[in-house]
Amino acid sequence: MIGGLFIYNHKGEVLISRVYRDDIGRNAVDAFRVNVIHARQQVRSPVTNIARTSFFHVKRSNIWLAAVTKQNVNAAMVFEFLYKMCDVMTAYFGKISEENIKNNFVLIYELLDEILDFGYPQNSETGALKTFITQQGIKSQTKEEQSQITSQVTGQIGWRREGIKYRRNELFLDVLESVNLLMSPQGQVLSAHVSGRVVMKSYLSGMPECKFGMNDKIVIDKQGKGGTADDAGKSGKQSIAIDDCTFHQCVRLSKFDSERSISFIPPDGEYELMRYRTTKDIILPFRVIPLVREVGRTKLEVKVVIKSNFKPSLLAQKIEVRIPTPLNTSGVQVICMKGKAKYKASENAIVWKIKRMAGMKESQISAEIELLPTNDKKKWARPPISMNFEVPFAPSGLKVRYLKVFEPKLNYSDHDVIKWVRYIGRSGIYETRC
Amino acid sequence: MPAVSKGDGMRGLAVFISDIRNCKSKEAEIKRINKELANIRSKFKGDKALDGYSKKKYVCKLLFIFLLGHDIDFGHMEAVNLLSSNKYTEKQIGYLFISVLVNSNSELIRLINNAIKNDLASRNPTFMNLALHCIANVGSREMAEAFAADVPRILVAGDTMDSVKQSAALCLLRLNRTSPDLVPMGEWTSRVVHLLNDQHLGVVTAATSLITTLAQKNPDDFKTSVSLAVARLSRIVTSVSIDLQDYTYYFVPAPWLSVKLLRLLQCYPPPEDAAIRSRLTECLEAILNKAQEPPKSKKVQHSNAKNAVLFEAISLIIHHDSEPTLLVRACNQLGQFLQHRETNLRYLALESMCMLASSEFSHEAVKTHMETVISALKTERDVSVRQRAVDLLYAMCDRSNAQQIVAEMLNYLETADYSIREEIVLKVAILAEKYAVDYSWYVDTILNLIRIAGDYVSEEVWYRVIQIVINRDDVQGYAAKTVFEALQAPACHENLLKVGGYILGEFGNLIAGDPRSSPLVQFNLLHSKFHLCSVPTRALLLSTYIKFINLFPEIKGTIQEVLRSDSQIRNSDVELQQRAVEYLRLSCVASTDILATVLEEMPPFPERESSILAKLKKKKGPGALPDVEEVRKEKNTSVNGGVEPLGASATPPSSTDLLSLSSPTSLTPASTSSTAASLLVDVFSENHVPAAPGAPLGPVADDNFSRWASSVVSLCNVRKPLGGNCESPPAHKLSPRRFVCKNNGVLFENQLLQIGLKSEFRQNLGRMYVFYGNKTSTQFLNFSPSVICQDALKTHILLQRGTALCVRGAQLQQVLNIECVSEFVEAPILNIQFRYGGMLQNIAVKLPITLNKFFQPTEMTSQDFFQRWKQLSAPQQEVQKIFKAKHSMDPEVTKAKIIGFGVALLDRVDPNPSNFVGAGVIHTKMTQVGCLLRLEPNTQAQMYRLTLRTSRDTVSQRLCELLSDQF
Repeated sequence: MIGGLFIYNHKGEVLISRVYRDDIGRNAVDAFRVNVIHARQQVRSPVTNIARTSFFHVKRSNIWLAAVTKQNVNAAMVFEFLYKMCDVMTAYFGKISEENIKNNFVLIYELLDEILDFGYPQNSETGALKTFITQQGIKSQTKEEQSQITSQVTGQIGWRREGIKYRRNELFLDVLESVNLLMSPQGQVLSAHVSGRVVMKSYLSGMPECKFGMNDKIVIDKQGKGGTADDAGKSGKQSIAIDDCTFHQCVRLSKFDSERSISFIPPDGEYELMRYRTTKDIILPFRVIPLVREVGRTKLEVKVVIKSNFKPSLLAQKIEVRIPTPLNTSGVQVICMKGKAKYKASENAIVWKIKRMAGMKESQISAEIELLPTNDKKKWARPPISMNFEVPFAPSGLKVRYLKVFEPKLNYSDHDVIKWVRYIGRSGIYETRC
Repeated sequence: MPAVSKGDGMRGLAVFISDIRNCKSKEAEIKRINKELANIRSKFKGDKALDGYSKKKYVCKLLFIFLLGHDIDFGHMEAVNLLSSNKYTEKQIGYLFISVLVNSNSELIRLINNAIKNDLASRNPTFMNLALHCIANVGSREMAEAFAADVPRILVAGDTMDSVKQSAALCLLRLNRTSPDLVPMGEWTSRVVHLLNDQHLGVVTAATSLITTLAQKNPDDFKTSVSLAVARLSRIVTSVSIDLQDYTYYFVPAPWLSVKLLRLLQCYPPPEDAAIRSRLTECLEAILNKAQEPPKSKKVQHSNAKNAVLFEAISLIIHHDSEPTLLVRACNQLGQFLQHRETNLRYLALESMCMLASSEFSHEAVKTHMETVISALKTERDVSVRQRAVDLLYAMCDRSNAQQIVAEMLNYLETADYSIREEIVLKVAILAEKYAVDYSWYVDTILNLIRIAGDYVSEEVWYRVIQIVINRDDVQGYAAKTVFEALQAPACHENLLKVGGYILGEFGNLIAGDPRSSPLVQFNLLHSKFHLCSVPTRALLLSTYIKFINLFPEIKGTIQEVLRSDSQIRNSDVELQQRAVEYLRLSCVASTDILATVLEEMPPFPERESSILAKLKKKKGPGALPDVEEVRKEKNTSVNGGVEPLGASATPPSSTDLLSLSSPTSLTPASTSSTAASLLVDVFSENHVPAAPGAPLGPVADDNFSRWASSVVSLCNVRKPLGGNCESPPAHKLSPRRFVCKNNGVLFENQLLQIGLKSEFRQNLGRMYVFYGNKTSTQFLNFSPSVICQDALKTHILLQRGTALCVRGAQLQQVLNIECVSEFVEAPILNIQFRYGGMLQNIAVKLPITLNKFFQPTEMTSQDFFQRWKQLSAPQQEVQKIFKAKHSMDPEVTKAKIIGFGVALLDRVDPNPSNFVGAGVIHTKMTQVGCLLRLEPNTQAQMYRLTLRTSRDTVSQRLCELLSDQF
C-alpha cells in the first residue's frame, strides 16, 4: 500500500507532500531528494530502496512524482497509479509543470484525498472525479445530487454517471501505436515490437453497452472454424497475434476470458480502452541504411539512405533522422536531397528533418565530418542512428472490425451513432546501428 | 578580483559561466557544454592561428568544463603553448591547466618540462614561482626525475629572491614526500640548515618544514639544525613582537614557525650542549609562562595560536622526558585545560596527559588529576573525549589506584558508548590482571565485566580468566564459589556460562562440601542453561559433565542419563553427538582410576604474554603516534618495576589458539580427541599411572586435549620444566640428543614444516604423537610420512589422516606405535615426502627413540643397590666413562636429566651426597635388562665420572654413550 506521495520540482524542493500512513516519517521526503534527485550518478531505476523504504518515481518534464511505501507492494500497481495521477492532473489543469502545480495545489490535495484512501487507490476516473471535484468554486448541491454522487461512487459502475444526454451520439476511436526497432548495420532485425493503445472518446447518451471487435487471431480463427474455408483463409492473413493486453476497468473481463469478446459500458469522455503489445509480423515503415567511412584521423564520411516501406498512397509525417557525430567533431558539411539537415553541436548529432514522405520512396543524406585529433586513445562508440516519424496506419496490422453500440432504454440504435476511427503509428525507439 | 583592462576581461568566459549557472536542469547544462566544446573545437581546428588572449580564454573554458566533471580530451597543446607566453596571466592559465589536467604519461610531458626548465632558468621571480608551484602541484615521479637536481640548486643559490626560496623549499618538500628516492642528498643539505638563519621569516618557515621531513629520514645530516632551531625559537619567544614584521598573528609572535621549530626539535634527543639545553629550557619555560598570562585578545584566533604553540611545546617536553620540573609544570598546565570550556582543549589535554602519564617524572603529577578525569568520563558529552579519558585512566593506572580506576571504568561501562565498549572491556581486563594483588578481586572484576558487557567480552578475555584461575591454586576455590553464585542469576551471559562451565568442571569439588552447592545442584544449575546456549558452549558443557563424573561419582547416573538422552546422543550437530557418545562410553567402560587419570585437573598453562594485550595492540593498529606508544610501553614496565605477573616471554604465533575450543565446523580436534580418548583407555587398562616425565599425561577432556594438541609445539618451545636444554632456539635441524632425556619437543623445523613430538613409553611399548605443522600459507600435496626402522624395533603408523596439510597454523597429527623387540642402537628414520609449490620435498629425520626410553624406574634401598652392583661385577658388564662437563654442573639440572633418562634416582644410597645413583630396568620384548648407574661430578675439575652396570655389555655401552652426551 502506498504510504505517501511526494511531488518535487527539478531542484528537489517539495511541492506536494501527502502522507497516508504512519510508517512514513518526515525524513522520507529528504531521503528521496538526497539519494535520487541529487544523486551524483543519475539514478536510472524507477524503484529505489532507501533504508527499507521503497520509492517509486516517474518524471514528467521537470517534475518528480514519487510514491513511498514500507510494505511489499505491487510495483506495477503503484506505477499504474502514478501514471493515472498524471493523467488526472493533466485533465484538470493541463501540462504538469511547477507553476501549474503551485497554482493548483489545493486541487491536487483534494484529488489525492479522493483517489487514495489510506494508501489504497480508489476511483481515478477523470470523468467521475470531475462530477464532484471541480475547479470552479463550490456550487451548493441539492440533496438529490449529493445522494446521486454517493450512489455513483459506491455503485457498480463507478466510471459513468446516469442521465447523460447528447443530441448527437458520437464516438471517436484512435488506434495509437509506437513501433520499436533495433537493426544491425546489415539490415538484420535485432529486436522489434509494437506497443499500442486503443483510445476512445465517447459522447453517448444513457447507459450504452458497447462491443468492440478487431482482427485478433484467436477470434478470427474461432470464427474461421465455423465459417467457410475461404473466409478463414482470407481473414487469416489479416489477423494479428497479440502478445499481451490490458483493459480499462469498464471492460467485462469474464466475457473476454470466455468468449474473447470485448464488451463494456464506456465512461463518458476520453479514456484508454485497451493496451496491447505485438512482436510478430510487424510492418517496419522505414528502413535506414547507414554508410560510415573513416578517412584518416581527421575526417569521417557518413551517408544515410532511408526507404519508406508502405503503400504509396499513404504519407508519413514528421520524419526526423538523428545521426550521432563523434565527440571531437570540429566541423560538419551536410548535403541532402530532401528536407533540411543541420549539425546540432549541443546534442552531438546531425538532425535531418523531412516534413512528408510517401510510401515506397527513398531519400539520402551525405555528410562530411571533420575531427580534431585528440590524445585520447578511446575509440568512438558509434551510437546508433535513431529515427522519429508518424504514419497513418497501425504497424502491428491491427484493424478495427466493428464497434457496436446498444442502448436498450433510449431509442437510438447502432446506426444512429456516428463513429470515427483513426490509426496513428509513431516511432518509439527506432534505431539502426552504424 | 581587481578591475581588469578590457582586453583581459574574458567576457566570453563570464558569459559561458553565467549561462551554465542559469541552466535549469542537468540536460540543459550538458547541451550548453556540448555546444561550447564544439565551438572551441572548431576554433582550435580553424586555419588561422589564435592569439594568446583567445587561447587563454578557451583554455579557461575547458578548465571550467573539466572542473564541472566532464571529460576533456583536447586543448593540451594550446595550454602548453600558453606556457611560452610572456604575459603573466597567459602563463598562469597555462600552468593551471597543466597542473590540473595533464596526466603523467602524456607525450606532452617533454614539452612541458622544457617550458618549466626555461622558466626556472629565467631571472623573473614570478615565472620561477609559477614553475615551482607547477612542479609541486603535479608532484609526479616524472617531475621529480626532471627537476630533483634543479630545485635544490635554486633553493641554496645566493642570489635567489626570498619568495622563490620559499617556493623552492616547499616544492622540494613535496618532491621529497612523493618520491624520496629521487631527491639526491648532496652538499646542499648543509646549506639548507643555514636557511634557519635567514632574515625572511617566510623562508624560515618553509625551510623548517623541509628540514623536519629530511631530518626524520636521516637525522645525522641535520644535527646542526638543533642549535639553530633553538636559537631561532628563543628569539621568537623572548622577543618583543616588533621585529617580527608581519608574522605576528593576533598578538602571538610567529605561531606557525614556533610550532614547526618545536616539531623539528622533536626529531632529536635533548641537546647535549648545556648552553643550548638551558636556552631551550628557558624557551619552554617562557612558553609555559605565557600560557599563564591573561589573554591579550578575546578573539578565538589568539587563544588558538597560543595553545597550538603550547601543546607543541608540551609534546617536546614529553619527547625529551628529561626535565622533571618542566614535565610537572606541563602536567599542571594540562590539568587546567581539563576543566576548560573548550571541548577541543579538553580533548587535547587528555591526549597529551596520556603521554605524560608514562613519564616517570610526571606520573605522580598526572595521578593527582584522577578525580577530574573520572568526572570527565561521566559528564563529557563528546564520545571521543570520553574515549581519551578512558585512555588516560588506563595510562595512569598503577598498583596504588588500580582498584579505584577499574571500579570507575566498570561503572562507566554500563553507560558507555557502544563503539568503545569492547576497548574498555579489554582495558579493564588488562588492568585487573596486571595490577591484581588479590586474585579474588581479579575474579570478581572479570565476572562483573562479563555480567555488565557480556557481548563485548572477547574470547581472549575469558580464556585469560581460566588460564589465571588454573595457574593459581589460591583462587580456585573462590573462583568456583563466585562463578557458582554468578550463575544463579536467572539470565546470565553465555560467556559467563563458558567460564562457569569450565571452572566448575575443574574445581567444582572445592565447593561441593556446601549443601547449597552440592554436586547435583551444580550440575542442575549448569544443565538448566544448557539448552539456551550455542553449540560451542554446549560442547564445553558436555566436557564439564564428563569431568563431573570424575569429580562426583555420586551423580554419575544422572549425567549418564543426560548424555544418553536423544537430544544429546542423537544431536544433529556432529560435534555434540560425538562428544555425547564418547563421553557416555568413556564413563561406562573406564574404571574410576582411569577416569581419574583421563579427567585429571588441567596442568598449569605456560606463562606468556597476555593474549588480551596483544588483542588491544592489534585493535589500536598503527596509531597516530606509534613511537610514543612504544615509548610508553617501555616506560610502563620500568615505572612499575617490571611487574608483569604474567611475564612477557616469547609470544607463540597464535596465542588465541591455545584455548580454542573445537569449533563445530572443523572436525579435527574432535577426531583427535576421540582417538586419544580411546587410546588412553587401552593403553592404561592396567591401573598404573607411570610418572612419566615431561608434560602430565592426562590429555583430559577434549577441550584440554585440543588445546594441548594445537599448542604442543609452542608449549615445548616456550618452557618445559624438566627439559634439559630447552632454551636452545629452534634450529634448522634439531639434534635428536635433546630428546634423550625428554619426550616432548620440536623435532624438526624449517621454513615449510615444523614437526613436534610427544611420546610416552611404558615397558617395551611406546606411543609417539607426531604433529606436522604447516608453516606456509599453501597446501602441501601428497603429504606422506613413513618410518624406516630395523628389526629390533617395530613401529607402525597407527593413524594417518589427510594427505594434504591445509593452510598455515593447521596441524596434522599422527600416532606411531613402537615396540622394542630387542636392544638397538640405530634410531628409526621418519621419511616425509610432500609436494610444495610443484616441488617434491623430501625430509628425513631421525626419530628420537633411544634405548633408554624403555626404562622402567626401579626404587631400591641402599642395601639392595650395592648388592646388585656387586652382582654385576663382570668386566664387560661395567662401562665407565670420564668426561668433561659441557654444561654448568647444577645438581638440580643433573637430577632432572637423570630422571628424564628413565631411571629412578635413588636418594641416600651413595655415601657421598653429591653423587647421583640410579636404577632401572630396560624392557624389550625378548628380555629385561637391569641397569644401575652412578654419576660422580667433580665440580673443581668440571668433570664427570659415569659408571654403568647392566646385565648386557652392549646395553651398558649404548646407555653410557647416550647419557654421557647429556652433561
